[in-house]
Amino acid sequence: MIKRFVTFLLILLVGFFFVSYVVKVKPADKLPSLANDYVNKGIDDVGSANIVTAVVVTFRGLDTLGEVSVLFIATAGVGFLMRIEDKKSKLIKKRPASELLRTGTNFLMPLIFLFGIYIFLHGHLTPGGGFQGGVVIATGVLLLLLAFTSSDINHTLLNITESFSGAFYVTIGALGLFLAAGFLDNRILPVGHFGKLLSAGAIPVIYSLIGIKVGSELVGILDSLHKDE
Amino acid sequence: MYIIIISVLGITMITAAFTAIYARKLVTSIIAAGVIGLFASIIYLLLAAPDVAMTEAAIGSALTTVVFLYALNKIYRFNEGEKND
Repeated sequence: MIKRFVTFLLILLVGFFFVSYVVKVKPADKLPSLANDYVNKGIDDVGSANIVTAVVVTFRGLDTLGEVSVLFIATAGVGFLMRIEDKKSKLIKKRPASELLRTGTNFLMPLIFLFGIYIFLHGHLTPGGGFQGGVVIATGVLLLLLAFTSSDINHTLLNITESFSGAFYVTIGALGLFLAAGFLDNRILPVGHFGKLLSAGAIPVIYSLIGIKVGSELVGILDSLHKDE
Repeated sequence: MYIIIISVLGITMITAAFTAIYARKLVTSIIAAGVIGLFASIIYLLLAAPDVAMTEAAIGSALTTVVFLYALNKIYRFNEGEKND
């Protein structure tokens, strides 16, 4: 009883702090100075039509590198935990999926893959980017795993793609130190025409690498979970 | 109109959150948690954040749900194995 009362009080306390934010905050009619600089000067500096991508990949590129590392560590953890019981799981026979799911997967899988690749290739033009594209690709593979339950995914290939894309990402970032203004600067390649596919310097390259990396990592997680089941 | 849509989505999310906590079956909880992610992504889209909406729709409602379902299945199997031993 006391426990519930204390919980309720704590919730009220947290709510009290948030109420002041909700009541006091007014919708901003103009951007703060930093955001204003990003929006107005970002297009000239970076050449990316999607300003969110410009912030994520260049201005705050180091944060993105950190996020990618976090995802890598998470994948490594899952791989480590799931590998231990690998031998036992081969005894369990899996029920095959229905005809509908298999036919649907055959039709949809290439489209989902194509959509994922489109998302990360056009990260600098339309909403989305490496993370989103990679996750879409992973959902495509998930469909494959559900439809063809005994399908075997080559983990060595996944590891190689994952490591190489991560290494290239850091290499491109480091190239910025010598060829442009700093680490992860996208102007190591020509900025090009605004709004074209091949523009915004290294952003499409970096986002494609992130997409491949995130995709292979998540596929690795899903496959370890699936095999271990 | 805009506020009505967002409030309806928000109320549904809160309902789903309570369902996730109080549902008897864990599968229901997981699906309810997925619903929260899906509706959150619609709200992000309405609030003009399509980048976040895409991430939330793909990770919050699809991948997380599936990973939880796999984990749940694993726990069930583990418990069954313990009973048989």
